[in-house]
Amino acid sequence: MSIAFYVSALLTLAGALASVLLKNKVHCALALTVAFTGLAFLFLNLNAQFAGFAEIMVYVGAVAILIVFAILLIKGSETPLHGVFSRSWPIGAAIAAGIFALLGWAVIESASHLPKPTPAHAVTVDQIGRALVYRYVLPLEVVAILLTVALIGAVIVALHEDGRTQ
Amino acid sequence: MTPLTCYLLVAAFLFAIGLAGALIRRNAILVLIGIELMLNAANLNLIAFWRYGPHPELLTGMIFAIFSIAVAAAEAAVGLALVIHIHRHTKTTYLDQINRMKG
Amino acid sequence: MIENLTQSFAPAAQVDGSLASQILWLIPALPILASGVIALLKQPRRKTSAALAIGALGLSLLLSLYAFAHVVSGWIHGIATREVVNLTWMQSGATNVDLGWVLDPLSAAMILMVSFVGLLIFIYSVGYMQHDPNFTRFFCFLSLFAGAMLGVVISNSILLLFMCWEIVGLTSYLLIGFWYQKPSAAAAAKKAFLTTRVGDVFFLLGIVWLFAQSSTLLFYNHGAGSLEPTALASLLHQPAAFGLTAAGAIGLLIFAGAAGKSGQFPLHVWLPDAMEGPTPVSALIHAATMVAAGVYLIARVYPLMAAGALTGGTTAALTVVTWVGAFTAVFAALIAVAQNDIKRILAYSTVSQLGYMMAGLGMGGVAVGMFHLITHAFFKALLFMGAGSVIHGSHEEQDIRKMGGLWRKMPLTFATYAIGMLALCGFPLFFSGFWSKDGILEAAQHWSVAKAPFYMLVFGALLTAFYMTRQVSYVFFGRERGEKPAHESPRVMTVPLAILAFFAVALGAIGTPAWPWFRSFLDGHAANFDWGGFAEPGLLALMGVSTLVVFLGLGLGWKLYGNQSPQPEAPDVLEKAAPPVWLALRNRLYIDEFYGATVIAFYYQWARFADWLDRRIWGGAVTAVAATFSLGARLNRFLDTNVVDDGFDKGCEELATGGGLLSLVQNGRVQTYLRLLALAVVALIVLLIWSSRA
Repeated sequence: MSIAFYVSALLTLAGALASVLLKNKVHCALALTVAFTGLAFLFLNLNAQFAGFAEIMVYVGAVAILIVFAILLIKGSETPLHGVFSRSWPIGAAIAAGIFALLGWAVIESASHLPKPTPAHAVTVDQIGRALVYRYVLPLEVVAILLTVALIGAVIVALHEDGRTQ
Repeated sequence: MTPLTCYLLVAAFLFAIGLAGALIRRNAILVLIGIELMLNAANLNLIAFWRYGPHPELLTGMIFAIFSIAVAAAEAAVGLALVIHIHRHTKTTYLDQINRMKG
Repeated sequence: MIENLTQSFAPAAQVDGSLASQILWLIPALPILASGVIALLKQPRRKTSAALAIGALGLSLLLSLYAFAHVVSGWIHGIATREVVNLTWMQSGATNVDLGWVLDPLSAAMILMVSFVGLLIFIYSVGYMQHDPNFTRFFCFLSLFAGAMLGVVISNSILLLFMCWEIVGLTSYLLIGFWYQKPSAAAAAKKAFLTTRVGDVFFLLGIVWLFAQSSTLLFYNHGAGSLEPTALASLLHQPAAFGLTAAGAIGLLIFAGAAGKSGQFPLHVWLPDAMEGPTPVSALIHAATMVAAGVYLIARVYPLMAAGALTGGTTAALTVVTWVGAFTAVFAALIAVAQNDIKRILAYSTVSQLGYMMAGLGMGGVAVGMFHLITHAFFKALLFMGAGSVIHGSHEEQDIRKMGGLWRKMPLTFATYAIGMLALCGFPLFFSGFWSKDGILEAAQHWSVAKAPFYMLVFGALLTAFYMTRQVSYVFFGRERGEKPAHESPRVMTVPLAILAFFAVALGAIGTPAWPWFRSFLDGHAANFDWGGFAEPGLLALMGVSTLVVFLGLGLGWKLYGNQSPQPEAPDVLEKAAPPVWLALRNRLYIDEFYGATVIAFYYQWARFADWLDRRIWGGAVTAVAATFSLGARLNRFLDTNVVDDGFDKGCEELATGGGLLSLVQNGRVQTYLRLLALAVVALIVLLIWSSRA
């Protein structure tokens, strides 16, 4: 494994850990951004350039920002008075650890059955475009509708109810 | 240790971290952050399998990941809108107190 | 007279099927039916009830006359009648329970006497009971009695006889205790019933034994009956205890029953107390008919009692009968001397005369005893009814010391009473009592076993004349000692008296030695009118002796009591002479007190023991069972409350707690749901891997 993989992995995991462990919510959001970036690098490592840049553009540029906005809107930038972890956090941690154990065990068990690594296949945007429009046109349209609905829905849900809605 | 295995392990760890965050943190937004992390771990799995699996020329994994990103974005938007809405009504994002569904 | 056997008739042939025997059952049935109808009437319907009773008995009388005429016509033609009608009531394997009736001279004579005397007394009762509010009930019981008595007389089955015997006892109880509100009357009725019951137990034993031995209940049944030679022979060969044969033992047991009903010593105690009943009851039941039932029973089973007797000898059973009869005759006559109640004197007189009848049966045979029974029925009924007339006329006074001089005020009653009294005493020649008593004395004189009964009976005759004279002097002669003036009784009461008086005289004619019609009729011989009958050796001497005795008694009585009329409170003449003897006789020789101290006391102890047993042991057992049940119920309740209910409650509580616990899962918190989801996923995957591995 190359050094790029280790750095990216480290970045991702560190960012993820930070985002769930930090006390300040804004710090969590920013650490999340770091995790997304690390992930983008991992995608690039996997020869999925489009997915990597889409990750950056959507997640870092939109989702993370959104989260920050939400935090600010609910005035969560202050340090909370009481603890940030729930009273029964060991249970949650144990369950997460159990999941990891299971997945890890499955992966290592099947390591010998995996196919040999092949050289990367070149992917062009042209190919992706064509695939989207020809092969995966239906999901494309559905996602388009979904995004529209989500947009409108989010606006409606978060709207102030004071009679000024039109 | 094939590269695929390494990527898969990373994705598993990331998933576990995300789950832990969703289960442990008190704030609703932090739960959403955990969910985003879980989704991203799944994306990583998809891309990894696409790269090292059979028939990479079909672009199945890649397209799947792209759609997943799109849906995740929409879901994050709606989720955050809901959190804001709830905060306005209950003046708290402390999950333990939002138990109107208690039965 | 015994040897005056002219040509004997052909042996009693059973010619069944004549009309007389077919309709014989109606004779008792009609009065019983009338009794049943009267029982359904209400009290105010007096005329109807009296008419029903008298009419039914009148019809019975006509039928009895017809039957009697039938038998007499057969007798005239030299046929000895014994017609039998038998019915099988029940069958059990080889044994039959039979009922039936018989028409022979004995039963014909009895039904005629019972229905005739009964009818006269019924008519008399219409007048006597006029002022009684329970008139209808009286005639109902009286009619039932008449029917049952007629049933006893015609019965050919010893079981039917016993059934009618018991009904007779029942009606006697009902009639003695007719005025049941009087405690003395109720007690007397109970005493009568219980005393006769003692005799009836022995009677029943005799019946059962006889049935077991001879396998038939019928007396006469074409050679198969229990009084016919075959059965008697088998009974004679069966030995019983004390050197008796079965025949003798059964005879004694039956005599015990007869002794109870006919008031022989020691079961005589009920008869004097039975005077508590109305006078017609005393007349009918305790003079003429029911007490005669015992004598009739012995006459009926005479073949059994006399079985095995050698010619000129006698059997053990008949000997016992004779001794008991003779003793009773003297014993009761002694007590009668010292009594002051007009009916009590007559009651003891009845007991005494019954003793005579029994002695006559024992020593002289059926005809001798039965003749005295018939004559006694008439004159004793006459005396009782006369006494009733006296009581009625003296405004219900019964103490003879408070009467007197009634011959002026009640002439008709006096005349008839005098006739009856002379007949009872045996006044020579004109009165039936003389001839019938003489028959008995003659039999006693010729008795082979001992001479003592003869002397006892002669002494009894003396006493009879004595006490009757005493009574008549007290009641009819002297000056009036009553508080209120007396008056004669109405015609409905005096006419029957006259009729009975006539017969008290006339019946003597059929029993004289010159023309022994009655004896021949019963024994089945021809009877010729023959003055030579008086030429029997020793007969005239005997007649002279009895005449002497009678006059002696009459004279003695008149000397001591006639025209004296002492004060009611003054002691009796004899009492002044021998006070302790008088007192003992006055108190009936303390027999009742003796019984009270021994039998009654013993029985009372048993009754108390039985009561204790019942209350403590059986009652205790019942209480114990009840307590067990109660305990069981309590246990059940305890289980129900504590185990079932509590168990149920706890179960429900646990359900609630479980529900409470489970509801903790549904706490409305999203993170909890999420955790559960993740946990479930882990579990499922582990399961899948495991199962695919295995």
